[in-house]
Amino acid sequence: MSKSFLEVDGLSKVYPDGQGGELTVFEDIRFALQKGEFVCIIGHSGCGKSTILNVLAGLDEASTGNVVMNGKEVKGPGLERGVVFQNYSLLPWKTALNNIIFGVKARWPSWSKEKVREHSERYLKMVGLDHAMDRKPSQLSGGMRQRVSIARAFATQPELLLLDEPFGALDALTRGVIQDELVKIWEETRQTVFMITHDVDEAILLSDRIFLMSNGPNARIAESVKVNLPHPRSRATIFQNPAHQKIRHYLVDFLVNRSGSALPEQDGSPRVVDPSTDELTPDPAPAESETKTETTARAVNA
Amino acid sequence: MASLNVRATLLSVSFLILALGMWEMATQPPAAQEAVSEYELLMGGADQESRVPPPSAVIRVAWAELSNPFYDAGANDKGIGIQLAYSVYRVLTGYLAAMAIALPLGFLIGMSPLMYKALNPYIQVLRPISPLAWMPLALFIIQDSDASAIFVIFICSIWPMLLNTAFGVANVRQDWVNVARTHELNPIKTALTVILPAAAPTILTGMRISIGIAWLVIVAAEMLVGGTGIGYYVWNEWNNLDLASVIFSILMIGVVGMLLDLALGKAQKLVEYKE
Repeated sequence: MSKSFLEVDGLSKVYPDGQGGELTVFEDIRFALQKGEFVCIIGHSGCGKSTILNVLAGLDEASTGNVVMNGKEVKGPGLERGVVFQNYSLLPWKTALNNIIFGVKARWPSWSKEKVREHSERYLKMVGLDHAMDRKPSQLSGGMRQRVSIARAFATQPELLLLDEPFGALDALTRGVIQDELVKIWEETRQTVFMITHDVDEAILLSDRIFLMSNGPNARIAESVKVNLPHPRSRATIFQNPAHQKIRHYLVDFLVNRSGSALPEQDGSPRVVDPSTDELTPDPAPAESETKTETTARAVNA
Repeated sequence: MASLNVRATLLSVSFLILALGMWEMATQPPAAQEAVSEYELLMGGADQESRVPPPSAVIRVAWAELSNPFYDAGANDKGIGIQLAYSVYRVLTGYLAAMAIALPLGFLIGMSPLMYKALNPYIQVLRPISPLAWMPLALFIIQDSDASAIFVIFICSIWPMLLNTAFGVANVRQDWVNVARTHELNPIKTALTVILPAAAPTILTGMRISIGIAWLVIVAAEMLVGGTGIGYYVWNEWNNLDLASVIFSILMIGVVGMLLDLALGKAQKLVEYKE
């Protein structure tokens, strides 16, 4: 075995299709993550992204294949893998702070009360919610709830952080603000993150690599796109980098035109692509000019 | 315009005055048409018919009883406070015993589909049995009338608690259970820190239904076993043909039942949460 932090080998998921047959949602999923990497996975609905994430989290079982983290096979959920769900999954009878304390206490049972509280408050402050720590989730907006959920996940300092479309239920403005916060926290902590998203811009802003999934059934991780943009990144300036345009075009083209037919390499691993060095953008000219106007408009706004 | 509360109170009070007034009017003895004979005088007036006592008579009884609720002048003459205390004691004893069984068992049934399927037929057969139907069997086996009454309370209050606990536990949102799983909580900790608070509102609803049923049943049970308690008191006053006392004790049963329900309602508020 190679020395990757996380190795996913030959994962597949088969469900009964309700008519006596079987339905293979995804098959032969292979990839590896390095320590400290931020990887997003994009694909159309129904390709099994969430199931893959749940298998990594240990909440679901794959039909075949295995996941090895730090040389140990992943079996069942564990504290070394933190999960942020799309619907926040905060415990509604606990205050924001107590939700974080819940996680911290589970992670370090031997810590004193003061230490747990101090640690939890620090992470709540990190997401800018120290003023709302005594409020219950029902008294928080969707964006604030997701911040608490993110703070809880980061506070337990897992080795691998799994984010299942964390901003999917948020409006665009709130989403942008929290993306900025996530960038900031990630630059500070350099957690290994595996995240599902539907948002191409979000994926480019956050990740080092983007996995592109072909459509289900029998979905595969077809390509692994390098996001060759310097850190630290910022939502306000990232699109000024010419590489950003190339990557964006590449991703949109894949999702619109090629996701039905794309295939990985012969050996099952995703094809590695780096659009930033690609002279030939796969997108034809008209789309290019359209995005350029968009870019100038945004630059003016900035 | 006065506030809604003030108007409602005014309306309530006027309904009360109206109802009491009509009751008082309807229960006056008719005026004698002719001179009362000596025989009639000996028999207590011209009116041979017994009738429901007027509210004024009930209020007099209430005043006398409530000004000294805890006197004890022998087996058949105890204050209303003592009688109610006996009943509340029986209800709470049977109720707490039912809780001790229903909550853990409900957890087990709620968490294990196997146990649910295995035990559900028995629950469905036992649940619709009138609690009083158990009385002869209880008297024969336990051989103690007081304990039998408590057993009847136990058996009638166990079902709503058991079913609501099982339902609440089985329907805890999978997301919250997943939170417990990803934080590696052991089963006991998961039950106590995630499932119990999540299911608590449903469990408390079952407990509130149970206390209501228990209070309904204790009156009937005490009429059967006799000796002490508010149910026995009602029946005893009926045997004494003291209808004013009967009406007064009916009202007291209502007041205590309301207080028990209020207490459980308060507890329910404590564990409620908004999603």
